[in-house]
Amino acid sequence: MSKKLSIISFSGNFDKLTAVFTLATGAAAVGYEVNLFFTFWGLNAIKRKQGRRFLGKSVLTKMFGFLMGGLKVAPVSRLNFFGISPKVFRSLMKKNNVATLEELVDAAKELGVNFYACEMAMHILGLTINDFVPEVKDVLGVATFLKLADGGQTLFI
Amino acid sequence: MATFQLDVTNEHCPMTFVKTKIELAKLKDGDVLEILLLEGEPLENVPRTSAEQGYKVLRVEPLEGKIHKVSIQK
Repeated sequence: MSKKLSIISFSGNFDKLTAVFTLATGAAAVGYEVNLFFTFWGLNAIKRKQGRRFLGKSVLTKMFGFLMGGLKVAPVSRLNFFGISPKVFRSLMKKNNVATLEELVDAAKELGVNFYACEMAMHILGLTINDFVPEVKDVLGVATFLKLADGGQTLFI
Repeated sequence: MATFQLDVTNEHCPMTFVKTKIELAKLKDGDVLEILLLEGEPLENVPRTSAEQGYKVLRVEPLEGKIHKVSIQK
């Protein structure tokens, strides 16, 4: 049977997303089927517009959408210093020839990693599948995710 | 049949085998990819995981310093 890794990407933090995409690309490169299920803050990673945009249906969700932003403005989980730290991390990664978060995301797409979005979190945040990158294959709930993940390893990050 | 080159001596995990996999996927049957990589984790993983995925590891040659050349055929 083929090997399978499914990751629930809950955090929108730069460092945790780096962990998600490092594991996802590494596993895909060694022949795993990889499923990424983006929920809540994790949905920020797959937004088509990577900066701060007023995405959402109501005034409240639009405000949330702006404050959360996308991949380019993802904060680090500790010592964020108003967004200075992610910039420092990106430059350190480049300087030391370690793949940046954006390079990992591109590699994940190229390797055919499966992206899925959580229906419930999208409903709360007023987001639609059109707000996400075209690589998002489908919008799912828990039952479908469990079925996809069945028989493989599952992580929550 | 053609031969292609890939240098991952400046890369780190997971990009050493991610870039290898992306290049291997582009090959046609019979093509060969010559990969320059460093000893340690890349040298242990790249030939092993390529073989696991059905590619043929033709040669592993030590070059100068810590650099090795791994030839893999699709």
